[in-house]
Amino acid sequence: MGVEGIGASVVRKEDKRFITGKGRYVDDIKLQGMTHAHFIRSPHAHAKVKGIDSSAALKMPGVVAVLTGQEIVDDKVGNLICGWAITSKDGSPMKMGAWPAMAPETVRFVGQAVAVVIAESKNLARDAAEAVVVNYEELPAVADVHAAIKSGAPQLHPEAPGNQVYDWVIGDEGATDAAFAKAANVVKLDVTNNRLAPNAMEPRAAIADYDAAEEHFTLYTTSQNPHVARLVLSAFYNIAPEHKLRVIAPDVGGGFGSKIFIYPEEMVALWASKKVGRPVKWTGDRTEAFLTDAHGRDHVTHAEMAFDANNKITGLKVKTYANFGAYMSLFSSSVPTYLYATLLSGQYNIPAIHAEVVGVYTNTTPVDAYRGAGRPEASYLIERLMETAARQLKVDPAALRRTNFITQFPHQTPVIMAYDTGDFNASLDAAMKAIDYAGFAGRKAKAKADGKLRGIGVSCYIEACGIAPSKAVGSLGAGVGLWESAEVRVNPVGTIEVLTGSHSHGQGHETTFCQLVAERLGVPISQVSIVHGDTDKVQFGMGTYGSRSAAVGLTAILKAMEKMESKAKKIAAHALEASEGDIVIENGEFKVAGTDKAIAFPMVALAAYTAHNLPDGMEPGLKESAFYDPTNFTFPAGTYICELEVDPGTGKTSFVNFVAADDFGRLINPMIVEGQVHGGLVQGIGQALLEHAIYDASGQPVTASFMDYAMPRADDVPSFNLSHTTTLCPGNPLGIKGCGEAGAIGASAAVINAITDAIGKNNLEMPATPDRVWRTIHAA
Amino acid sequence: MYQTVYHRASSVDEAVALFSKSSEAKFLAGGQTLLPVMKQRLASPSDVIDLGKIKELQGVELSGDVLTIKAGTTYFDIMQNADVKKAIPAIAYLTSVLGDPAVRYRGTIGGSIANNDPAADFPAALLALGATVKTNKRSITADDFFQGMFTTALEDGELITAVSFPVPAKAGYEKMRHPASRFALTGVFVAQTKSGEIRVAATGASQSGVMRVPAIEAALKANWSPSAIDGVSISASNLLADIHGTAEYRANLIKVMAQRAVAAAR
Repeated sequence: MGVEGIGASVVRKEDKRFITGKGRYVDDIKLQGMTHAHFIRSPHAHAKVKGIDSSAALKMPGVVAVLTGQEIVDDKVGNLICGWAITSKDGSPMKMGAWPAMAPETVRFVGQAVAVVIAESKNLARDAAEAVVVNYEELPAVADVHAAIKSGAPQLHPEAPGNQVYDWVIGDEGATDAAFAKAANVVKLDVTNNRLAPNAMEPRAAIADYDAAEEHFTLYTTSQNPHVARLVLSAFYNIAPEHKLRVIAPDVGGGFGSKIFIYPEEMVALWASKKVGRPVKWTGDRTEAFLTDAHGRDHVTHAEMAFDANNKITGLKVKTYANFGAYMSLFSSSVPTYLYATLLSGQYNIPAIHAEVVGVYTNTTPVDAYRGAGRPEASYLIERLMETAARQLKVDPAALRRTNFITQFPHQTPVIMAYDTGDFNASLDAAMKAIDYAGFAGRKAKAKADGKLRGIGVSCYIEACGIAPSKAVGSLGAGVGLWESAEVRVNPVGTIEVLTGSHSHGQGHETTFCQLVAERLGVPISQVSIVHGDTDKVQFGMGTYGSRSAAVGLTAILKAMEKMESKAKKIAAHALEASEGDIVIENGEFKVAGTDKAIAFPMVALAAYTAHNLPDGMEPGLKESAFYDPTNFTFPAGTYICELEVDPGTGKTSFVNFVAADDFGRLINPMIVEGQVHGGLVQGIGQALLEHAIYDASGQPVTASFMDYAMPRADDVPSFNLSHTTTLCPGNPLGIKGCGEAGAIGASAAVINAITDAIGKNNLEMPATPDRVWRTIHAA
Repeated sequence: MYQTVYHRASSVDEAVALFSKSSEAKFLAGGQTLLPVMKQRLASPSDVIDLGKIKELQGVELSGDVLTIKAGTTYFDIMQNADVKKAIPAIAYLTSVLGDPAVRYRGTIGGSIANNDPAADFPAALLALGATVKTNKRSITADDFFQGMFTTALEDGELITAVSFPVPAKAGYEKMRHPASRFALTGVFVAQTKSGEIRVAATGASQSGVMRVPAIEAALKANWSPSAIDGVSISASNLLADIHGTAEYRANLIKVMAQRAVAAAR
């Protein structure tokens, strides 16, 4: 590794603009003649829209138009789609109600848009919106998943009787039942995985610009995957064909999954810009973010685990109710099925698994992928079960895990996934050593003498990342392939532009992707730039989510680099009058191995473009592209151990130590990996202790601001003790597994296991607020 | 935010005069409540009268056994003030745990008590210490001043100019922070006056805003120690309940915070 190559903690190139206020976000962009949109949103969780009177608003200063849901339907803009088809156990396709971009007839969650005001300024639009009179007829609403499936519950969509989207199963029910029939011990657990609001720092925003002469749209938007946005807007929403629609996702301030999806606001902005003949900008505020950004998690689960007399797991039964909210968001259907139940084997050898997942509509904000997406729910469930089992079986929790670890790879689980590699004992060992697991009993006794309840909690997570092999996901119902594309453009002076379909919205791609180029060519990263986020520049891409950008996106860059290098070697060999096979690349030079004959990389590039002396028949130029489709998921895994104290007087949790031993395969930039782990852990701890998106029984959101929704702050979390136990991923040439979601997947179980250990009670739901912990301590 | 007319007053008299000339004016102190509410369009004052540049509203004076904090003094300045630290360190501590640095740089004691948020910290200090609120018209005892959630004895256009605290023999404050807002989920201020009176006030707990806690006062009168509160029973009825704390939890917090405040009292 060079100082800027793979494995170097290179300072992030992009941070200069971010920390000096020079980032360019959607809201920073101002177009000539731009108008501003303000959405009129339903205050009701469920209501008929009986009429919209915009006559007073239209007379107000600066108002350009007031457009309604009926108009967008009349103009044949498509309903929002769900891009992953799930089949119920009875063979029927999932049952979906229509989701128009603005509701023409019925609103089904608080915050759903019914109309939009377009005006000369944001404030004028907002003023006029207050003058639009919407006549609603309120309908009974239901927010809770169990209430929604009861007979007599308010019905959201006629297409989905009983509010049931699907009833899906995976695994072998007969084999699982047989395992339970023979079990020496059965451990049972009910858990709720609390609903979360994603809260990226930058709220969603969109600017749509219609060019009537060219019949061409440009959309600037906060997207994790601009090409997917263009594809969906073109193919399903009838906005414009792909060659007439450019989507630009400039600097984006965090996504965590919530910016994967194409939302009504982008569709309305595009449609409205053509209607009013001027650019239309919408920037959401925090309240709109709470009400309309797709939420995460929200599972209610009952699980049972069977053990033999040697404490070996013999079977696992899971039944989960997943709350989808009022509509099926873009990838929502896959989250509690193929991204969740396929990980229920955890790190353990479980011969038989059967899981059933019931997807349910409620009058709440739609739920979709949020950092981890299904895998945190699986990991939390399994790791709570393991801790509960250890207590019930009276064995050490770490030892019980060790007894059941998968140690032979590849390992085919009973739920589709084939783990390629890993060393679960190594990460458990590293974490136990880092936290001095053996000394815990002494520390607990000392804390008790000080009036504090001390606990320790283990979480051994595994996730499926590097999303995903296209053929495999296609066979499971995905509507898209999940490969990635890249292009390497060498300029005549030898500087390099790498175009990628991955999208950086905090991940640091502008640094890490350059490090691959530096590693291979020996050029400084200052000579390399990463181009992403613009469908007119980058040929295609599937974007960034599912910890895929290094494992899939960077591998695509590697493939393109290899092609470029191969051609460059031919040019160098020709110039040096040597054989192509003798050319090696070192420190920015192409050398004839074992000699002092060399040509600098910029001279090779120049030769490619002057084309004065190229090998016979070679095309000029030095530019190559590649598509890379992974052959398997990657399987990052690790052990998190949390030690904490609970104040019995207040129920407040204080961290003593938090160790993370992760196996991410090869690390490109350890500093950036550390940042990713820190952020993920904080989100996992946030879920465990603080965060909860709550609705009352009538579907009114109770937590639509930071005054009520508790986001973790620096003083809520400990300093983390991180380490890595590496097994290289055999599935891609760089050996990368991915690191973006691990923290959020593994942390919450470690925290809850530690608190329940501290207070000596097993039943504790997230978030473990001081009030809830105190009540649990003092419950009979 | 709706349109409003901004005024910067240079004296209390000017501020009051501007107020009386406006239809629906609001005084603007540190803006930590008013400005967010205006931004959310939940308040639409015709005029906003900024008190931030009025010199006579700034500063702290210690005169004998009376500590006077002018209404426009920021939490940060109170926290840093040598007289406050010397005379009533519990107030310096209270300001150090009030909000976050940005709030402490802008927020003022006058703004806090005029708003009388049921979870604000300062009302508990005033009530427990038996402070007196000075306005442009009169003096009001803390017992009379706080009249329930967001309600005070202030008349329309009446402006708080200072708060006078009798220096106690001992005082302490502890609170449990609301996990989201960081206001007091429940905070308890305990004080022993120089004449031996025990006053205990709880904020964040009651549906009627800041309140005295007579049961704890009686227990501490008998025995000024945390353990004296062990046997006190606090009723959960009329206490606030929300997603971050049930009424029973707040009743518990009143006791626990009182015990910790007594332990911390100096």
